[in-house]
Amino acid sequence: MNQTDIDTSARKGWMGLLARSPAPRLQALMEAAGPRPEASWLRPPEVGGVMVRGRMGGTGAAFNMGEMTVTRCALRLASGEVGHACVQGRDKAHAERAALVDALMQGASAPQLRETVLEPLEREETARREARAAKAAATKVDFFTMVRGD
Amino acid sequence: MYVAVKGGERAIDAAHEWLAHERRGDRAVPELSVAQIREQMSLAVNRVMAEGSLYDPDLAALAIKQARGDLIEAVFLLRAYRTTLPRIGTSRPVDTGTMRCDRRVSATFKDAPGGQVLGPTFDYTHRLLDFKLAAEGEVPQPPSGTPDTTPKPHITGFLGRDDLIQDEPASDEVPPDLTREPLEFPAGRALRLQALTRGDEGFVLGMAYSTQRGYGRNHAFVGELRIGTVEVEMEIPELGFDICIGEVVLTECETVNQFKGSKVEPPQFTRGYGLVFGQTERKAISMALVDRALRAEELGEENTGAPAQDEEFVLAHSDNIQATGFLEHIKLPHYVDFQSEMELVRRMRREAAAQGDVVAGQKEAAE
Repeated sequence: MNQTDIDTSARKGWMGLLARSPAPRLQALMEAAGPRPEASWLRPPEVGGVMVRGRMGGTGAAFNMGEMTVTRCALRLASGEVGHACVQGRDKAHAERAALVDALMQGASAPQLRETVLEPLEREETARREARAAKAAATKVDFFTMVRGD
Repeated sequence: MYVAVKGGERAIDAAHEWLAHERRGDRAVPELSVAQIREQMSLAVNRVMAEGSLYDPDLAALAIKQARGDLIEAVFLLRAYRTTLPRIGTSRPVDTGTMRCDRRVSATFKDAPGGQVLGPTFDYTHRLLDFKLAAEGEVPQPPSGTPDTTPKPHITGFLGRDDLIQDEPASDEVPPDLTREPLEFPAGRALRLQALTRGDEGFVLGMAYSTQRGYGRNHAFVGELRIGTVEVEMEIPELGFDICIGEVVLTECETVNQFKGSKVEPPQFTRGYGLVFGQTERKAISMALVDRALRAEELGEENTGAPAQDEEFVLAHSDNIQATGFLEHIKLPHYVDFQSEMELVRRMRREAAAQGDVVAGQKEAAE
């Protein structure tokens, strides 16, 4: 695996995490992480729809299910890194923060940002998912068979 | 004679102001917030997202508030908003095999790997009004088990291994989109599924029920019903790779249906498929039954002329916004149309009278 592959896989990871994170949490973590860096828009935030597809029978040919709202934007930091975001919902500030993190993660402040923003988001997402899975697990049926003729 | 009619603006303005006032209801009762609707009327929100064909819980909750709880009106509002959105792209087909399931049951295999997980279901409740809900009070935390985050395998996969069920071969063919091109018949399964997933729940339920009662019967078992969260991925052209852009709750139903086989197919089970936005179990099961009924021709089954097997009948009538638009327009002014009808009836009466006694004329016709 070369350097580009590693970067792409890591970048896909944080871009997805940022898209799934609650907007107020990302805002709070970024405000705590420091002042907003200078950046100029390559594409100002735009709200639109993405057609979500499914597969027949879960595995077959694709069909169109319906759209979801998304907001996308792209920006360039003064230091040159370009950040992209395409996040669920209509929150332009959320898309902007996601693009800022995407750009910053390509620069020198990446390790610090990983620690102060991405890792908390990741931990909280895992905790949310596990809490939900734990409630589901409590509703799992334990079958038992009645022995006849005793 | 055409008589242009103007006026009514003042009455319309007053009607809308009164509507806003009535929407608010008794001022002594606290106003509902959009967040309250989103969180506490979540199944209504899910239905509006599914039929409005737009996944956005906040907008669906707002639409429900604006529509005073009239869900078809709320769907209408969401559809209208949807048309204002630029289409940014198309997702990769979601992988329901990776779903983080809140609920997952099978009516065909008791000991399905991954287990029977009931989730937050109305099933097994006694359907008695719970007067405790009329009083304010804290709801206790539900019990927790050991979380199992491994994906649950699709039940039909087990049948597929032994060729006992029809294969669903994957394909990357671009499916048609009925929001972009007008619906034409024969539509094909991809368009049918799109129409069914956004179709009116009551209509799709009625069609599905008709198949159970014998109008195009196809003996459906719910092989699997799962509700949970899946990630949505889309390619970002500027980057040249896919990223996760968010996650949606979906309900998926796979039915396993009897099939005797045909000249070209061995006897094996066949499938019906339902996949709907949100926790929308009744709709997903109904969709799967109607999907299967509409496959009768493709599977070489006898066409019994049942409505649920008639693609044109089902697809042309499943959309509640089309239906309500055409239905409700007849209450709006048709003064000119009606005037011409009235003149026609009068003329026919004059002509009939000129030919003699109307009653005598009818008797002659009977003879």
